[in-house]
Amino acid sequence: MWSGFPLFPEQASSLASSVDGLYLFLVGVTAVFSLGIAGTILYFAVRYRRRHPDERPGEIHGSLLLELIWSIIPLCIVAVVFVWGATLFFSMNRAPDDAIEVHVVGKQWMWKLQHTTGQREINQLHVPVGRPVRLTLTSEDVIHSFFVPAFRIKKDAVPGRYNMTWFRATKTGTYHLFCAEYCGTEHSRMIGQIVVMEPDDYQTWLQGGPAPVSPVAAGQKLFTELNCVTCHRSDSQGRGPVLDGVAGSSVRLQSGDVVAADDAYLRESIVSPSAKIVEGYQPIMPTYQGQVSEEALFQLIAYIQTLKGPQATPAQPGGGQP
Amino acid sequence: MTTATPATVLPGEPQLPKKHFLNADYGVWSWLLTRDHKRIALLYLASVTLMFFLGGAYAVLIRLELITPPGDLVSSETYNKLFTLHGVVMVFFFLIPAIPAVLGNFLIPLMIGARDLAFPRINLLSWYLYVIGAAFTFWTIVRGGLDTGWTFYTPYSTVFSNTNVISAALGIFIAGFSSILTGLNFIVTIHKMRAPGLTWFRLPLFVWAHYATSLIQILGTPVVAVTILLVALERVFHFGFFDPNRGGDPILFQHLFWFYSHPAVYIMILPAMGVISELVTCFSRKRIFGYSFIAMSSLAIAVLGFLVWGHHMFVSGQSVYAGMVFSALSFLVAIPSAIKVFNWTATLFRGSVSYETPMLYALGFIGLFTIGGLTGLFLAALGLDIHVTDTYFVVAHFHYIMVGSTVMAYLGGLHFWWPKITGRLYPEWWARVSAVVIFVGFNLTFFPQFVLGYLGMPRRYHFYPEEFQVLNVMSSAGASILGVGYLIPMVYLAWSMRYGKIATPNPWPATGLEWRTSSPPPTENFRETPEIDVEVYDYTVPPKEPFLA
Amino acid sequence: MPDAHASVLQHHFETLQQQKESSSLGMWVFIAQEVLFFGGLFATYTVYRAMYHDAFAAASHHLNVTLGAANTAVLICSSLTMAMAVHAAALGRRKQIVAWLLSTVLLGAIFLGVKVVEYREKWELHLIPGPSFSAHALHLEGDAASHAQIYYSLYFAMTGLHALHMIIGIPIILGLAVFAWKGRYGPEWSTPVEMTGLYWHFVDIVWIFLFPFLYLIH
Repeated sequence: MWSGFPLFPEQASSLASSVDGLYLFLVGVTAVFSLGIAGTILYFAVRYRRRHPDERPGEIHGSLLLELIWSIIPLCIVAVVFVWGATLFFSMNRAPDDAIEVHVVGKQWMWKLQHTTGQREINQLHVPVGRPVRLTLTSEDVIHSFFVPAFRIKKDAVPGRYNMTWFRATKTGTYHLFCAEYCGTEHSRMIGQIVVMEPDDYQTWLQGGPAPVSPVAAGQKLFTELNCVTCHRSDSQGRGPVLDGVAGSSVRLQSGDVVAADDAYLRESIVSPSAKIVEGYQPIMPTYQGQVSEEALFQLIAYIQTLKGPQATPAQPGGGQP
Repeated sequence: MTTATPATVLPGEPQLPKKHFLNADYGVWSWLLTRDHKRIALLYLASVTLMFFLGGAYAVLIRLELITPPGDLVSSETYNKLFTLHGVVMVFFFLIPAIPAVLGNFLIPLMIGARDLAFPRINLLSWYLYVIGAAFTFWTIVRGGLDTGWTFYTPYSTVFSNTNVISAALGIFIAGFSSILTGLNFIVTIHKMRAPGLTWFRLPLFVWAHYATSLIQILGTPVVAVTILLVALERVFHFGFFDPNRGGDPILFQHLFWFYSHPAVYIMILPAMGVISELVTCFSRKRIFGYSFIAMSSLAIAVLGFLVWGHHMFVSGQSVYAGMVFSALSFLVAIPSAIKVFNWTATLFRGSVSYETPMLYALGFIGLFTIGGLTGLFLAALGLDIHVTDTYFVVAHFHYIMVGSTVMAYLGGLHFWWPKITGRLYPEWWARVSAVVIFVGFNLTFFPQFVLGYLGMPRRYHFYPEEFQVLNVMSSAGASILGVGYLIPMVYLAWSMRYGKIATPNPWPATGLEWRTSSPPPTENFRETPEIDVEVYDYTVPPKEPFLA
Repeated sequence: MPDAHASVLQHHFETLQQQKESSSLGMWVFIAQEVLFFGGLFATYTVYRAMYHDAFAAASHHLNVTLGAANTAVLICSSLTMAMAVHAAALGRRKQIVAWLLSTVLLGAIFLGVKVVEYREKWELHLIPGPSFSAHALHLEGDAASHAQIYYSLYFAMTGLHALHMIIGIPIILGLAVFAWKGRYGPEWSTPVEMTGLYWHFVDIVWIFLFPFLYLIH
């Protein structure tokens, strides 16, 4: 009956049916309460309509029992909804370890996506069905938001920070990608597609197209061109901290705090190095703000992640396996 | 039935009182320099009505554009200005002031037996600040408009937009102080100027609602004022507060902005709830059920409303734990609203219910507010909000509250107190027809938007994929009906001011001190200060005689 | 003395007592609103200070703590003179009221004068945020300079807003002095002086927070 008049987007991710389940529950609650209230009101309004201009009903002040009942029952219902929603949310924020990484840069008015295997896409993302995909999002200019209704995911791409979301597509097909945070004149045009393919087709797609440049290789090139290597040497002779093994480790700062060297930390260290000084080092690193694009930052970080300590391993050309 | 018949029969035909606040003095300056809260209320009535139709004109253009998928009516630049200005004008210049500054200003002194508000000159100042703020907004429009969205998210508003951000920011800043001064006046008035015997728990719920609203106005508005000031400073001097290229944090803007803008929605709904309490009790001819629960729930909403702002930021990248706290509190703030809905419904039980226009608006409010409030639960639920935030689902939700609830309550209150304000009755048949047209038009406009949002149509889109067209056409069709519904009262209310049947002091009749003075009231409200020795909303006895000169 | 009641009691109040209490509550509510107004700036400042502690410390060390401390003392004294004015008004001591009020104005003017000196120094060192800003004087470059600029943006916003409150308060106090000279205030009615006193004390307290926040970063 509703085939020509859909009420739901397609369910194309592992998450979609859980989100729809919560939605339907709430639709049910809304229907029950609104129809209940509307029905009660209509019933009372008719049953107790004024029959005589001077009639004077008896006084009823209230009922503590009723107040308690209709406070506690809704409280219980919302508690259930809260837990349900929070649990879903938790899992949305925890990407599986074996996820395919994609870096996304939003910019007025397009989406630039970079696979770790080197493929670059604009306003399109090809992914294999059944594999988790982890997106790291940022923006070059204003706040955008990466929204795929069929997957039930959405996350803002905020300039100056990294946000993360993930999905596992469960159905092949092509799905809308929208920008969901107003970003200027062509906000409505900042749309694209997620193309979910069978694993074999995805492999074919990976092999096709222009020769991909691995982000790690690009990052290594940048590391040299920007003279990072001058201060960040593998021996301890450099003026800057040794970067081998730093990615994912804990770093002790001059202030005494200990921070996790995640992607956000690495990014900040490049564009805003004075914000966190590593213990034992001087605040002499110049900022690269304005000199490196967000894509370049992703590439540098990808390269830094391959530096294993204490013995530096040369980067693998061509990047890792998909 | 073409006009409402007064239930109380007074000897002879009703006559307008010889001297009342409208004919007490003539001339433009007697209005522009008035200190009479009733005249100031009418000054506000004129201004907010003008702004409502300005904001409404923008809405018409938006819905016209959205009939077809491509952006073929206006350019994208223009469309972005249309929805921005629709939001700015409606939120800051209609919804925030309407009920408090029109009905609250007029009624609060009357309801508590006072001659005026505590600070009449500050009341007048507050209107002038509103007008100056509106003037800055007109200036913004004339100079080419604003395209940041009413939410001014950074760094778009501070660095990238090429439109008149500064004049708009100044307009909102100044209008904010109008709101603050109104709140300040109400708080002092309610604390200090109640008639002898009028204890807190004998106050009409309309007064309680405005008290709670005023708390939000004075504590929340200054924060958005200073935030919008920072936006203006950043634009002029290129400071780096919210610009990541200069070390700033765009998310900080969102925290500061929503710290006010969430409580702001309670500024918009609490007075409306106060009106509904008055209407439901009068037209059930019965004391409201659960008076103290309704009174306390207003305060609870005001307090809790300050703690939930982060639910606008679930996808911004704020921490998961912050999200959980805000989500839990957002569910909690729904409960006091639910309590009100149940109490209003229970008031009808074993009452004596009549269906005059104000009651139609009140009953419509209860239904629409229930839907609007419950759809808030969808947005408070973290995992679900991810999908529906920034889509038409949110647009539908807030329009159910702001239009389906607040505007309906405003119209219901305007009709209820119209005889008191003007001394005339409005034509009942036309009024009932408009109420029904508005109710139908409203639902047709906004219910499809819930579906649109869940399907994935983002908000603030100038053009959209074809598959969303059917629902958009339904919505625009509804909007045309809604527009007609709003125009009809303009006509008959204006007509009634001159030609309407003259009203008695208490045509409904209702309890409340405002009904015990003439319609319209004299400038000093009461011949002498009333003394209160009865409980509020006592309908078990016949209506008391008015104290007339 | 002419009948103070007739002229002073506003028509919408029942009694002078009601009028006084209303004025007082009104001023407290206004002050509550002001706390939130400054609060937004303090919150912003706190966030950025936590994020950019080193740059903020460097910028703060460059402020003249002596001048700031002196100004704090000046403002506290002005609160004292204001309190004396309120006391004198309650007793109806005409000449004393005027003297104390004018002393308050003088101290306030000194405070503002010192601020002009401090602002001027910033101007000379190119520390005014905006196109001409340079963190050279602080020996900071690059991103640290941006962070220092945020510090100074907040410094000027917060002290500027505070100064604006004083610039508004001073003519009000002068107006009170004129009315006091005419014998307007006495045991029956000194509410405007009391209310202005409350306002002035609030302005003082804001500075008492601003000074350590801005000048005394460890």
